Amino acid sequence: MLMNSVNRQESQTSPEAVVVRFAGDSGDGMQLTGGQFTLSTALAGNDLATFPDFPAEIRAPQGTLFGVSAFQINFGSSEITTAGDAPDVLVAMNPAALKTNVPALKPGGLVIIDTGEFNKRNLEKAKYEVSPLDDDSLAKWDVLAFDISALTLEAVKPFGLGNKEALRCKNMWTLGLALWMFDRDRQPLIDWLKGKFAKNPILADANIAALNAGHAYGETAELAGPLKKLHVDPVPSEPGLYRTITGAEAVSLGLVAGAQLAHLPMFFGGYPITPASAILHNLVKMKEFGVTTFQAEDEIAAICAAIGASYAGHLGVTSSSGPGIALKGEAMGLAVMTELPLIIVNSQRGGPSTGLPTKTEQSDLYQAVYGRNGDAPIPVIAARSPGDAFDCAIEACRIAVQFMTPVILLTDGYIGNASEPWKVPDPASYTPFPVTFLEESNNGEGHVLPFKRDERGVRPWIKPGTAGLMHRIGGIEKAIDTGNIDYAPQVHQAQTDARKAKIDGVAKAIPAQDVCLGEDTGKLAVVGWGSTFGPIHQAVRRARKKGLSVSHVHVRHIWPLPENLGELLKGFDKVLVPEMNTGQFKTVLRDQFLIDAQPLTKTSGQPFTIAELEAAIEAKLA
Amino acid sequence: MNDMTPIQTTLKDWETDQEVRWCPGCGDYAILKAVQRTLPMVNADPKNTVFVSGIGCSSRFPYYVESYGFHTIHGRAPAFATGIKLANPDLDVWLVTGDGDGMSIGGNHTMHVLRRNLDCQIMLFNNEIYGLTKGQYSPTSRVGTNSPTSPIGSVDRPALPCAFALGAGARFVARGYDISKDLPEVLIAAYNHKGAAFVEIFQNCIVYNKDRFDDFTQKKVADDTQVWCRDGEPLLFAKGTQGLALDCDTLSLKVVDVADGDWQAAGVAVHNVKNRGLAHMLVEMPFGAFPMALGVIYDDPRPTFESEVVAERAKLIEGKTADLGKLLSKGQTWSVEPEAAHGLMD
Repeated sequence: MLMNSVNRQESQTSPEAVVVRFAGDSGDGMQLTGGQFTLSTALAGNDLATFPDFPAEIRAPQGTLFGVSAFQINFGSSEITTAGDAPDVLVAMNPAALKTNVPALKPGGLVIIDTGEFNKRNLEKAKYEVSPLDDDSLAKWDVLAFDISALTLEAVKPFGLGNKEALRCKNMWTLGLALWMFDRDRQPLIDWLKGKFAKNPILADANIAALNAGHAYGETAELAGPLKKLHVDPVPSEPGLYRTITGAEAVSLGLVAGAQLAHLPMFFGGYPITPASAILHNLVKMKEFGVTTFQAEDEIAAICAAIGASYAGHLGVTSSSGPGIALKGEAMGLAVMTELPLIIVNSQRGGPSTGLPTKTEQSDLYQAVYGRNGDAPIPVIAARSPGDAFDCAIEACRIAVQFMTPVILLTDGYIGNASEPWKVPDPASYTPFPVTFLEESNNGEGHVLPFKRDERGVRPWIKPGTAGLMHRIGGIEKAIDTGNIDYAPQVHQAQTDARKAKIDGVAKAIPAQDVCLGEDTGKLAVVGWGSTFGPIHQAVRRARKKGLSVSHVHVRHIWPLPENLGELLKGFDKVLVPEMNTGQFKTVLRDQFLIDAQPLTKTSGQPFTIAELEAAIEAKLA
Repeated sequence: MNDMTPIQTTLKDWETDQEVRWCPGCGDYAILKAVQRTLPMVNADPKNTVFVSGIGCSSRFPYYVESYGFHTIHGRAPAFATGIKLANPDLDVWLVTGDGDGMSIGGNHTMHVLRRNLDCQIMLFNNEIYGLTKGQYSPTSRVGTNSPTSPIGSVDRPALPCAFALGAGARFVARGYDISKDLPEVLIAAYNHKGAAFVEIFQNCIVYNKDRFDDFTQKKVADDTQVWCRDGEPLLFAKGTQGLALDCDTLSLKVVDVADGDWQAAGVAVHNVKNRGLAHMLVEMPFGAFPMALGVIYDDPRPTFESEVVAERAKLIEGKTADLGKLLSKGQTWSVEPEAAHGLMD
């Protein structure tokens, strides 16, 4: 492979993209270091993608293999859509971090090691019989080992911190070194540290001193070989205002924007669950936009309260992850039956059951599309990236209120936690979709017909508190128009048909499916959905550079599917569907279009690598 | 804005055009009438009234009241009510639930709506049986209840709804029964209480648990077996010949005889609706050795959940304006100038 290796020979030229992984104890502040490095990289104008990978335990036992927390960032001067495959640089803060992460490092890559943590105890915990610094097990890589712990202690000595507190500044020292290596500005981080430790200026100063010391170490240390300063050219991008955004932030902002565009107050019912809690945390801070948040006693109460709020005229929203979504199933059926708007956000994680709480998977697609009792169709939308989650959330709000239906928005742990640069949109560029509540009789005789459907099969939304329109709704089958209890055979047939037709009709109100890379016909279509966008896009791009006839189709509207999708896919000789499950979307495509969609599946809790997708594409076209 | 003239309605105004579908002789009919009598008395406004129910016989209730109504899913009515009330605190929310719905599948939500103190009236129809599913024993069935799932008598110990409610932190606990002429009085007190008002209503299931409460609801025994709790009045029954007194040795209630109406001499306790300890003792009295405590057992308001949510929100948004553009560009941002974009690739 000729790609991007940051070894001695190439390091003085500008590499196209660089992948850096920070790994340490889950208590070492690795996610923080990675997050701040992301920010400084974005500020330097590099396109980037990140992949946080942390254990489910909040503070796993120190120094152990399962307590390792890592953060990977891919930045470079061409459009980046994945967090990268193998890292070029690994920063390993202890033996366990080295052991679990170094196999992923590219041959010739650089590993930076804190020798201060390579004591007997930590080596034993990491199950090293001999220190890897003393044998040739790291021969494949450039190793830069020095006592970061001691250097940090020295740097923060003037501030009189205790040993434990002083060592906590290690992550800033390392970050300082990384900033120097990649020619990044320290000032935004210094500002950030001052803000973060505003109440404790000594800690702020100590952390800044550590940051500066790490940077100075890179600049002044007379280190031969590996530690060469790496400059990555800024990526040219569309003019405008940018910020970094995680998927959880984008969903929160998108929901707020969606409710504003609908001219509605929003009610969010949630129950803490990894990795969905971040949305509730964010929305609590946005109450000036008419947001009410409710931390419920359980997942069921969270969705039921949201439905109650929708009934009362708010835009009800709930969010969870697979196990919590399972608990909400019955209530979703009620929202289908009573035809009330509702958004259900599922930040998917590995399953079944508790599964992999902090790892990513796309295995809740069946649950979203089919997972309810009775014939209970619900539109399903999947976000492809953190920034895309903003638009998807708005789209979910639009469909929910325009069709009086619950809508499921699928993201996953990867989209939720990862961040990317995001061009801040102008709110005025979105077309509002204001809601009209029924205010007076709709049968011409002074009565109300709460289930009288319009030409799209949509019933009116009537708020309690409206004079003269008192009516009752519920989960029992109901008569046409009046909504009175009625489960006569012909009534259930007609209402089942009407509910299905309404949701099928959503397909007419969504954009046609496009091909995001390549021709509209050809030998192979790689069809993805959700967070696999990045690796699929890169793999298809590389395959096309080799002259292969392959296109990338990425589907946002999982249910109902875009009207033209079947015909589009029939224009390709082969269809390959990579997904992080055992082949769920493949089944939907086969069922809906009778096409020979072929699965490419992965359920390791890790995203696809570009290399494995590229290999699969080549195998299909061989 | 709002017209403040009191709403004038009659019982008829609260009846819907729907045929009531409970079994003939069901206690629910009497409760429905009591509620429809109560609503005009409290000047309730049909357009601002919402009846929310779960699943079960009792939960058909909303279809028969001419107001807004939501027949939801099993056990979850308190959660729906919470969303409705938080979205629009001006609405009068009534919850209708049963012993299966509210104490079994929905026990968790009953607990939380009470501890949060959402302003609503919770009517728990207790018939000590699962009616709609054809007669299985319920969480309030007495030990030894014969049913399709307990052919030689149930072995589970029953839950006490009012004790549960007090334990969950309820600030209003009352009891009544279906055919009681005093049920509207209890419901009016519940309506006037700001906060979650829990009312257990004993209800006769004519088909699966017939006459279960006859030993205190029948006219001929009522005087001797019912003690009506009224604030500031002595806890007397049996036409004033017996009363409840505090046994200071055991810290519990005891039944005492009252001679010549001199209840003070007999040491009969005076009911105080703000006395939580007394409330606990009254709802736990074993029937038989003691009369059945009815009426408003406990009524001591605290700030309501929705008012606290509104206040918290006002605090959180103080000095903030809803500027979406500003929100989207919050945090550290950078600009890409048009010149820098010239090199834009493919």
